[in-house]
Amino acid sequence: MSDINFHPITQNTIVKILDTAFDPAASLGELSTADGEYGALVTFTGMVRDLAENPVNAMFLEHYPGMTEQSLQAIIDTARERWALGQITVTHRVGMLYPGDPIVFIGVSSRHRREAFDACQFIMDYLKMDAPFWKKEFTPKGEYWVEAKISDCDAAKRW
Amino acid sequence: MIKVLFFAQLREKLDCSQLDVPLTAASNAPFTVADLKAQLASKGDAWQSVFTDPQVLSALNQIMCNNDVVLTNSDEVAFFPPVTGG
Repeated sequence: MSDINFHPITQNTIVKILDTAFDPAASLGELSTADGEYGALVTFTGMVRDLAENPVNAMFLEHYPGMTEQSLQAIIDTARERWALGQITVTHRVGMLYPGDPIVFIGVSSRHRREAFDACQFIMDYLKMDAPFWKKEFTPKGEYWVEAKISDCDAAKRW
Repeated sequence: MIKVLFFAQLREKLDCSQLDVPLTAASNAPFTVADLKAQLASKGDAWQSVFTDPQVLSALNQIMCNNDVVLTNSDEVAFFPPVTGG
C-alpha cells in the first residue's frame, strides 16, 4: 500500500560513536520532537551482559575510525531506500564498558509502525554483520575476544 | 605507498597496528589484496598464520572488499577478524 500523494517526511540521520557512557533516555529525547509527521517511533538498546554462568568484569570495544561511521551510514541509507522512514539515530559505544552499560542505541521513526519495527531490526542485523567493531571481554578467567556468531550473519540474510 | 591497518586479534597476534607497504610498480601486473596477503604471509610465523586464514576480512579505503580488488598508490587497506559490534 503506498501513499497517493507522497510527501517526503522529515529525514534526519544521526550517527554517534562515543567513548564515554551515554544515557539511552537522552537519545530517545533527541528523537522525540513532536512535529506530528510520524506516528511511530521504535528504539532498541543493547547492553553489556554479566551473567552468573558467564561473568564479565569489563568489555573493551575496538573500532575502525572512519569506516565505522561510513558503514553505519551505508546501512541507514539502505534502510531508507527500502522503507519510508523519518528520523534515524544510531549511537554506539567504543572504549571500556562495564556490566549494564548501553553499547548501542537505535531509534527509527516513521509514519506507521511496520516500517519503524522492520527498519530498526534491519539496521541492528546489518550492524552485527558489517560494522567494524570488535569486543574483548575481561573475565575472572582472563581476556577473550568475542567470537563472531554465524547466527548474526544468518539474521541479516533473511532481509 | 599503501597504508595497511590491523585490528583486534590480528593486531595482537602480529604485534602491529599499522604498516606502510611500497607498491612496487615492477611490472604491469595488477597488485591485488591477495598479492598483498601473500607478501605479508611471507614474513613467516604469526604473519603466515594470520594471512593464510580464510576468515580474515579486508577493507579498501574503508569499504569491505574481496581478495581480487586491485590496489593503487595511497590506498588504505585494513585487515580484521569477523566483526562483533552491537
